Amino acid sequence: MTRSPRVQRALRAAASTVALVAAWQVASLFFPHYLFPPVTAIVARTVDILIDPSLLIEVLATALRIFAGLAGAFLFGCLLALVIGRSPVIESYFTPVLGFLQGIPALSWVVIAIIWFHGIEFRILFIMVITTLPAFTFQILDSFRSMSKDLFEMTMSFRPRRLTLFRVLVVPTIVPGILTAWKVNLGNAARVVVVAELVGATGGVGYQLLRQQQLFDMAGAIAWTLQLVLFVLVVQQAIVAIETWALRYRPVSERAM
Amino acid sequence: MSTPVAAAEPLISFRDVTKTFARPDGGGELLAVDRLSFDIGKGEIVAVLGKTGCGKSTMFNLLAGLIEPTSGAVRVIGHDPFREFDFFRGRIGIVFQNDRLMPWRTALDNVLLGLQILDADRAEATTKATQWLARLGLTGHENDYPHALSGGMRQRVSIARAFAVEPEILLCDEPFSSLDEMTARDLRAEFVRLVRQNQKTAVFITHHINEALEIGDRILVFHRPARIAYEARLEPAARNGGRKDIEQRILEVLSVERPPE
Repeated sequence: MTRSPRVQRALRAAASTVALVAAWQVASLFFPHYLFPPVTAIVARTVDILIDPSLLIEVLATALRIFAGLAGAFLFGCLLALVIGRSPVIESYFTPVLGFLQGIPALSWVVIAIIWFHGIEFRILFIMVITTLPAFTFQILDSFRSMSKDLFEMTMSFRPRRLTLFRVLVVPTIVPGILTAWKVNLGNAARVVVVAELVGATGGVGYQLLRQQQLFDMAGAIAWTLQLVLFVLVVQQAIVAIETWALRYRPVSERAM
Repeated sequence: MSTPVAAAEPLISFRDVTKTFARPDGGGELLAVDRLSFDIGKGEIVAVLGKTGCGKSTMFNLLAGLIEPTSGAVRVIGHDPFREFDFFRGRIGIVFQNDRLMPWRTALDNVLLGLQILDADRAEATTKATQWLARLGLTGHENDYPHALSGGMRQRVSIARAFAVEPEILLCDEPFSSLDEMTARDLRAEFVRLVRQNQKTAVFITHHINEALEIGDRILVFHRPARIAYEARLEPAARNGGRKDIEQRILEVLSVERPPE
């Protein structure tokens, strides 16, 4: 019987996950539990976090920080990309700065933010925005630049107002780039937020990981990490669903690459 | 037979229009249009013929207001199409060489584009766009995306898009050159019928002599850089008996690299 490609993909993903879990369980039989706790212990801790509101709120706090940081970087990134895209002169001022910012490690921003700002939430927001801003800007700028000259001239032939041009041509052109930017930056943001919370927060998944490290609790560390992984996977799937709907016009070849 | 023509009330006029471009390698300027002058009257269908690279498309872009002349004056309905860009909202419809359909819009939404830009009522615009698709034989394909349509169907959608805004002037830049001969012939006939039925003025750029003879009331033959080397009016009789003479004359003109000053 021939299964659909979607089912086949799901089965392959399930098989590799089961293999990984089995390997961990085997390791737990041969190593001390503080290094490789049994899978059942990890699952129990993971479920505990999900059903205990006082713990779940820590996960939600981290999720909110990620969303706030990404939303801020996205808004600034869109504005910067549109400004830079309109003028090569402006581009020559901004691009080196963005390239410089992109080269600064997230941990350096954590230290800088702790020295500069007092409020914990503002520190984290600043770190999230500043670390994801260059990638958002460059990706949206690339999408803007890839706008078809033919379609631009065709649209201009109807003499649209600036806002109408933006709505009918610019937005649909940059949507694929925006969705890719969100997917890429979501993973980066999840990593950065943990570092920021680990060093400069009193709550959230990063802070909880720091506590597990102090308690030498591997099951707890994995369980809190899994919360973040689950969050990223769920949001990634939501973005993929939006992408599938927004880019439904794209032809799909029957032959896979 | 061919006769020189000067339109009585020009809807479109070029007066000593020159257009130069800077060469990409920085080596001076490229002369694309050289002191070009002509008039086109209301209701005329004028075919502009010339070899590839003779400046037809540059003339087209000047006429569409997409580029500005280096010197001289372009007037369309008494206005400058580049400087008074917004005046021409809804007055000029363009059919390009390739269909230039937005891939994210269905056939119907592509036809609706111009009407949306003109802030037309959504319901009325949809009715009008659907009717234009029907007139061009695309009933049943309203909700198809461009990738699902053939080249001929896509070009029909682009013609519908240009006609739907009911422009006074239609500009066509070799719109059927990428299609097979049978499809191109059908679309040409359909295009001429629609232009005459809707009493439009049309400028039709082509590098095919037969296409120019089939479509134009008048033919302007360009030399490189764009300048009129020969002009002929195609009276109904000329379409039959005199057609060979005009065709022969056009071939002679095109075989000369540059006409005498």
